[in-house]
Amino acid sequence: MREISLHILDAVQNSIEADANKIYIKIREDYNQDKLIIKIEDNGKGMTPEFLKDVLDPFKTTRKTRHVGLGLPLFSAAAKNCSGDFKIDSKKGEGTKITATFQHSHIDRAPLGDMVGTILAILCSDKELDLYYNHQVNNKKFEFNTQEIKKILGNISLVNINVIKWLESYLKNNFKELYKNGGVLIAKN
Amino acid sequence: MPKIKSLEELKKLREEAIKSMKVRESTGTKITVGMGTCGIAAGAREVMHAILDELEIRNIEANVITVGCIGLCAEEPLVTIERGGQPGITYGKINVGKVPKLLEEHLVKGNIIDEWVISRG
Repeated sequence: MREISLHILDAVQNSIEADANKIYIKIREDYNQDKLIIKIEDNGKGMTPEFLKDVLDPFKTTRKTRHVGLGLPLFSAAAKNCSGDFKIDSKKGEGTKITATFQHSHIDRAPLGDMVGTILAILCSDKELDLYYNHQVNNKKFEFNTQEIKKILGNISLVNINVIKWLESYLKNNFKELYKNGGVLIAKN
Repeated sequence: MPKIKSLEELKKLREEAIKSMKVRESTGTKITVGMGTCGIAAGAREVMHAILDELEIRNIEANVITVGCIGLCAEEPLVTIERGGQPGITYGKINVGKVPKLLEEHLVKGNIIDEWVISRG
């Protein structure tokens, strides 16, 4: 995949397929430690230890539509190619947690890319879910969760086109703020 | 620090959305974009984004929904358009460049673009 945000979207689609209705995305970018860490956690149906053992094998998949599952193997390869690491923890009936670590400055590391597009694609899912997003760049942080948004919206659907367009500009502006000054919070006088 | 695009604005938006809700219920257009690994790798996220932009530009009321893989991976990105309770029309190999024509023909003029259709109903 051309962007890490596409791997994230893909992993979250797994969570949705696993009937998760709570999805947590945590991103940490630390320039000093030269690390990019991505954690995706869900409350989906989880995996048995036997399935977990083979989960990175493309020919082990829960898909019914075809017999090859490439999503997680691609994500894992992307991390490992960047002096990184890829871990999956899962408990049957409880959920799954994925941690992908990349060397931030690695020449082969794909850009994080369009996180706004990824978040919007998740929010437009046909399944009812809540997303908790937490992104830190050095010592700046942006947090966002759909619970808060839904509380304001009341009976208006999140996928209402006006709401989605508003969310897009809300997210864009907050990301711009997050990366300003290299993610370093400058104290105001 | 003042919060740009604050959640307060969303409250205002809610009022507007309520006003337009009645209209939308009667037209009821639903656009579904396949978002499995196959779709994502083929550019489905960008296609979804282009659809959202196009809907806004043309002021068309529709809900855009993402779904998992439906098994037609070779034809991704897949876009299904359902209008007012009619059976859906699924278009294959849609890219960002095709989106304006797709919405213009199907939603504005009401013409199905036969050569792009891969499944009906």
